[in-house]
Amino acid sequence: MRSPILQSATKYLLPILLLFSFFLLLRGHYYPGGGFVGGLVASIAFVLHSFSNGTEATMRLLKRKPLSLIPVGLGISVMSVTLPLLFGLPPMTGLWFEQPIPVIGMIGSSLFFDLGVYLVVIGVVLTILFTISLDNNLDEKK
Amino acid sequence: MIDNHILAPVFIHLFSAVIQLIAWRKTITQRIVSIAGSSLGVLLAIRLLSRVHTDGILTLNAANWEAPFGIVFVADLLSATLVLLTSIAGLAVSFFSSTGLNRQRMLYGYFPIFHFLLMGLNGAFLTGDIFNLYVWFEVIIISSFVLMTLGGRKTQLEGAVKYMAMNILASTFFLTGIGILYGITGSLNMADLSLKIQQVQNQSLVGITACFFILGFGIKSAVFPLYYWLPSSYHTPPSAVAATFGGLLTKVGIYAMIRVFSLIFIPDEFTRNLLMTIAVLTIVIGSFGAVIKTNIRRLFSYLIVCHIGFMVGGIAMFTKVALMGTVFYLFHDIMVKTNMFLIAGLIRQLRGTMDMTKLGGLYAHYPKISLLFALVLFSLVGIPPLSGFWPKIYLFKAAFTLQQFAFVGALILGSLVTLYVIAKLWAEVFWKDSPSDVIVEDKFEPLPLFRKILLVLPICILCSVTLFIGLNAETIVQLVDKISDQLLDSTMYIEAVLGKQN
Amino acid sequence: MELILIILLGLLYAAGVYLILRRSMVKLLLGIMLLGSGTNILIFLLGGIVKGKPPVIDEDAKLFQDIFADPIPQSLILTAIVISFALTAFAIVLLKRVYALVNSDDLDDLNTPEEEDI
Repeated sequence: MRSPILQSATKYLLPILLLFSFFLLLRGHYYPGGGFVGGLVASIAFVLHSFSNGTEATMRLLKRKPLSLIPVGLGISVMSVTLPLLFGLPPMTGLWFEQPIPVIGMIGSSLFFDLGVYLVVIGVVLTILFTISLDNNLDEKK
Repeated sequence: MIDNHILAPVFIHLFSAVIQLIAWRKTITQRIVSIAGSSLGVLLAIRLLSRVHTDGILTLNAANWEAPFGIVFVADLLSATLVLLTSIAGLAVSFFSSTGLNRQRMLYGYFPIFHFLLMGLNGAFLTGDIFNLYVWFEVIIISSFVLMTLGGRKTQLEGAVKYMAMNILASTFFLTGIGILYGITGSLNMADLSLKIQQVQNQSLVGITACFFILGFGIKSAVFPLYYWLPSSYHTPPSAVAATFGGLLTKVGIYAMIRVFSLIFIPDEFTRNLLMTIAVLTIVIGSFGAVIKTNIRRLFSYLIVCHIGFMVGGIAMFTKVALMGTVFYLFHDIMVKTNMFLIAGLIRQLRGTMDMTKLGGLYAHYPKISLLFALVLFSLVGIPPLSGFWPKIYLFKAAFTLQQFAFVGALILGSLVTLYVIAKLWAEVFWKDSPSDVIVEDKFEPLPLFRKILLVLPICILCSVTLFIGLNAETIVQLVDKISDQLLDSTMYIEAVLGKQN
Repeated sequence: MELILIILLGLLYAAGVYLILRRSMVKLLLGIMLLGSGTNILIFLLGGIVKGKPPVIDEDAKLFQDIFADPIPQSLILTAIVISFALTAFAIVLLKRVYALVNSDDLDDLNTPEEEDI
């Protein structure tokens, strides 16, 4: 069943939710938020899109398989975790730039860790949900 | 002593997993990365062990937060040796799975998940924080779920349901234990807990918490009343996966028990009796199960249960000699059990079945490979001077000193049944003539030489390590002697983590 | 507040154990999830509930002078929730596949004899 109300609402909600998820990601270091929550909100945006327009439409919107986000995110996180080793510090130590950057604020290696988590969460959640819902579609076709 | 590089054996597997994920569906690249990563892992583990051997216990404060506030990683002799053995077993399995596994499974990401599993195992051995241990356990079980279900055959999925349910339950018990422990002490660092647990007023609450840990680790290591999931799931996945599971997963439970009982809950009379009862019953049930099975892998699954009992019994006695026996047996068991499942996989390649009634005549066709198998099987039985023999001496000695005659009886029963079962296996699979009505489906013969070598090489690697443990027992005994000193006297561990106590 | 949480905790554990002892696979999963939630509440409860106090102390104060809320139980619970999210998602997919293959929700039907095509 396709509801036109949900469809037109999703059209506006999708960018807003994605923006909000990015906001959560950026404020995560000192305030509530962070990569995991941000990633969940972003994947909810896509899930909402798939509810209203069907899973195939969302996969077309994403262009790539969500699975390919996982190695990218993991790679970024692993880099930021092991980077301090090059400076003789224990792994996972936060490295910070001296000067704050406008709008975003202080940038450190923990932001990149969060960014990695954000991508991994989107990848994992969407992969799982798409697997379940595509399975269902196949069952119905049978 | 602080060393920022003790996590290298963990990171190497993480890196290989990420590279393999990027090379998704390119199975040749994945195989090369897997073998290269595992070899590097072995080298890094050797480096770690030699550093720990010369410099004493090494620690790492994650994110530079000082213990007991941050998460701390500790490499003492026990963990460093286990990391090395895990890496060797991992290398062998990655060789074996590069040919012994069908392509379909590799396409669905066998190799990256396998490396995540090895990462989790190494992390669990190295962590010094009880909640972090829980997190590593979860990394291990999530990857093992995926490995167990890859391929999606019916029996495999059915085994996976039982495996999943019991393991999640085990984690829940473990987490409950951690929650109560945090409530009564306010700390999660194991060295700190070791100091704070003595000051708790209500010691009976500590006993109850210990029971939660016994339940959680008991399910993981498959001891008597909680072992059912193991024989009903370990025979279902492909042999390379079963080798990793059989060799390493239950042993993590034993490692966690040794760690927790030597640091936090020093076993009192009640815990000792409980563990001893569990150990005796585990050995008895495991050996009875092994006698009646005709499928090779099911038989090996019951032998795992049986031999877990030996180690739990050693922990229950908790004297220096008993701990030496337990730790020595742990080292021997990791190598031999991994190898046995690889052998089961190779037998399947040679004959197309794992049912003993349908097998036969292997010795006539493949005398060299059969002799290789014989070495491993004799080590398992514990024929002197092979590796299974030495730890049992220590276990017997400790049991006689403490007059634990039930355990002595169980040890004798367990060893005899192992001997009987292996003799039966040898007669049925290798000596007996091949049954005439069975069509032999030899997948090994047509393979090119290179792939044959890849299948036999891992068994040779593990076999040579087993031979090293057995024939060079003096070195291992000295190592085990130091380990049990470190386990019994936890001040060294605590000082390494928290600094000098006044 | 503590009393309500303790009662809730007991209910969750009881319901979880009851559901695990059923023979249905879905109820098994629900039971495990309830037990997990019970454990999370247990950690929350045992971490000590402090009302209206901040989890961090002032920058110039060097000692914990006032009562403060402990942030660790919350981070433990968050980690446990993330993990159980992954486990549950995996378990649901697994149970769905098993249901499609076995065509039954009964745990006693999971006894297909060993087949030999590995």
